[in-house]
Amino acid sequence: MSMTTTQPPAPDAGPAGNHLRSGALPNRFPLVLLVACGMVVAGVLAAFSSFGVVLWALLTAVSYVVIVVTASARIEGGRKAKDRLVTSLVYSAFLLAMAPLVSLLYTVVGYGLDRFDGHFLSVSMNGVLPSMDAGGVYHAIVGTLAITGMATLISVPIGVLTAVYLVEYAQGRLKKVITFFVDVMTGIPSIVAGLFVVALWMMLFGPGKTNGAAGAISLAVLMIPVVVRSSEEMLRLVPRDLREASYALGVPKWRTITKVVLPTSAAGLTTGIMLAIARVIGETAPLVLTAGSSAVSINWNLFDGQMMSLPVFIYSQFRMGGAVNYERAWAAALTLVLTVMLLFVLARVIGRLFAPKTR
Amino acid sequence: MAKRIDVSGLHVYYSDFLAVEDVSMTIEPRSVTAFIGSSGCGKSTFLRTLNRMHEVTPGARAEGKVLLDDLDIYGREVDPVMVRSEIGMVFQKANPFPTMSIYDNVIAGARLNNTRMSKSEADELVEESLRGANLWEEVKDRLNKPGSGLSGGQQQRLCIARATAVKPSVLLMDEPCSALDPISTLAIEDLIHKLKEDYTIVIVTHNMQQAARVSDRTAFFNLSAPGKPGKLIEMGETNQIFTRPEKKETENYITGRFG
Repeated sequence: MSMTTTQPPAPDAGPAGNHLRSGALPNRFPLVLLVACGMVVAGVLAAFSSFGVVLWALLTAVSYVVIVVTASARIEGGRKAKDRLVTSLVYSAFLLAMAPLVSLLYTVVGYGLDRFDGHFLSVSMNGVLPSMDAGGVYHAIVGTLAITGMATLISVPIGVLTAVYLVEYAQGRLKKVITFFVDVMTGIPSIVAGLFVVALWMMLFGPGKTNGAAGAISLAVLMIPVVVRSSEEMLRLVPRDLREASYALGVPKWRTITKVVLPTSAAGLTTGIMLAIARVIGETAPLVLTAGSSAVSINWNLFDGQMMSLPVFIYSQFRMGGAVNYERAWAAALTLVLTVMLLFVLARVIGRLFAPKTR
Repeated sequence: MAKRIDVSGLHVYYSDFLAVEDVSMTIEPRSVTAFIGSSGCGKSTFLRTLNRMHEVTPGARAEGKVLLDDLDIYGREVDPVMVRSEIGMVFQKANPFPTMSIYDNVIAGARLNNTRMSKSEADELVEESLRGANLWEEVKDRLNKPGSGLSGGQQQRLCIARATAVKPSVLLMDEPCSALDPISTLAIEDLIHKLKEDYTIVIVTHNMQQAARVSDRTAFFNLSAPGKPGKLIEMGETNQIFTRPEKKETENYITGRFG
C-alpha cells in the first residue's frame, strides 16, 4: 500500500479527486445568476429598443438555464448538472402555469374595480334601464346564495350518504354499478343537467314556471357526483384500525360510522363539499335555462318567479353590449371571484377546526 | 367477572380458503393464555374468532363451537356486538380515537353506545380504568389533551384502559407489544400480570420470552406446509411447553430450529 492513498485528499479536490467529493456552486449562485441574467437581458433589449415582457422573460430563462447548466457540468459534474436543468425546467413550468391565473386575476380586478363598491353590492337592477349609470348585483348575490345553498342542502346528504354506503357497506356488483354511474354523472355537460330540469318542470308544473328551485336542482345534479367522489376518498383515509377499535368495544356498525368514521374525516369532508360548491357556483348554462335570465328585482323565494344569479348576470350584461353593461359584468365577475375565494378560505379554516389534534 | 372459553372443532375460512383447521381448546379464567407460532399460522385469525371480530373482514367465517362459560357465542340468537362488549380486544398497533381526548378515549365504549352516565360516575370510571392500566399518574393532569399526543407505550396502555372500561370478562391481545420498546413492553407485561386477577387474558405473541414470562398456559400453532391451514399443535402449562414439549414440532420451534 503506497503512502499516497492513505493521505487525506486536498480540501478543494474537484471531480478528479476523491470520488466522494466534488466541487459545489455557492448556495446563492442560482439567485444571483438569475438576477444578473434578467438585468443583462433587459439592458440588451433596451439597447435595441425592443423591450417586451414575454421576450424578456423567455431570454432570461434561456440564458440562465444555459449558464447554470454549463457551470454546473464543469464544476459539479454531470448528475448535478442534470438536476439543475430539471429543477429549472420545473420552476419554469410552474411560472408558465401561474401566468394565466395571475393575468386573469389582474384583468378581473382591473376592470372590475371601476364599478365595484358598496353601492353596487347593495342595490338591485329593479327599475334600472340597461344603459343607465345605476343599479347593482344585490339581487344576483341573493339568487346565487339561495340557489347554491339549496343545491348544497340537497346534494350534501345524498352525496355523503352515498359515499358512506360505497365505503362501508356496498360489495360486489352493486358497488361497481353505482361507482360507474357516479363517474358517468361527473361527465354530464351542465347544460344537459339544465335541460333535464326544464323538462321535469314542464312535466310537473307546465310551461313558463321556471324558478330558483329548478336552478338549485340542476346544480345539485352536477354537485352530487363531485361530493360522492371526494367524500369517498376521505372516508377511505380513515384507518381500519379505528373501526376495529370501535367494534371491539361492542359498538354497533352504524354508531361506529356516525361517531368515529365521520368525525375523524370531518375536515376532509368539509373541504370536499366546499370545493364542490366552488365548482357549481359559477355555472351559467343550467341557470339561464332554469332560473331565468331576466329577473331584475330581489327575490328570496326559491319557489316563486325567476331568480338572477351572478354568472347569469355577467352573461346577460355582457350580451347587452353597452359600456356601462361591460362595467357591470366585470364588477359582477369580481364579486363572483371574491365569493369563490372566500369559500376556499372558509374551507381551510373549517378544515383546521375539525382536524384531529395531536397536542 | 372472568369467564372460561371452551372451543371445540373450530374451522376458520376466508371465502373458500381454510385458514385454521379444527381447533379445540379450553382457556381458563383468571389466567393468561399465550398463542405462539410462526407468522401466517393462523393464531391471530383464531384469536379474532373468539370475539367474532373476524366477521369484519369480508368473506371470513367460522364453523364450530365457542362457549363462553355456557353460552355458544356462535349461537343463532347471539348478537356479535354484544359478544364484543363481553370479550374485549387490544390490537397490535395502538389505536386511540384521534378526535377524542384521553378522557373521552377511556369512556369511548360508554359514550359511543350512548350509555347514560353522570359526570361523577364517568370521572370515577376514567380514574379506575386508567389506574388499572398503570397510566393514571402519567396522564392525570392532561386528561383533556388528545390521546394521539401520548407516546406509543402510553397509547397502548390507554387502549387497554379503554378496553377494560367496558367491563369485559375476557381480554384478547393481538401482539400488544410488538411495536414497543423494552421499557414500555415491561410496563404492559406488568399490567397483564395485574389484569389476570380479574380477567381471562389471551395474548398472541411472536416473542417466546414474553410468552414464557407472562403466560400460565401456552398454545403452539403451526402450518404443516405453506398454503395449508394452520393447526393447534400442542397446548399445555407454559412451563411444560417450554421445557418438555410433547411434540417434535413444538420443540423445534422453541429451540429455534425453525421459524
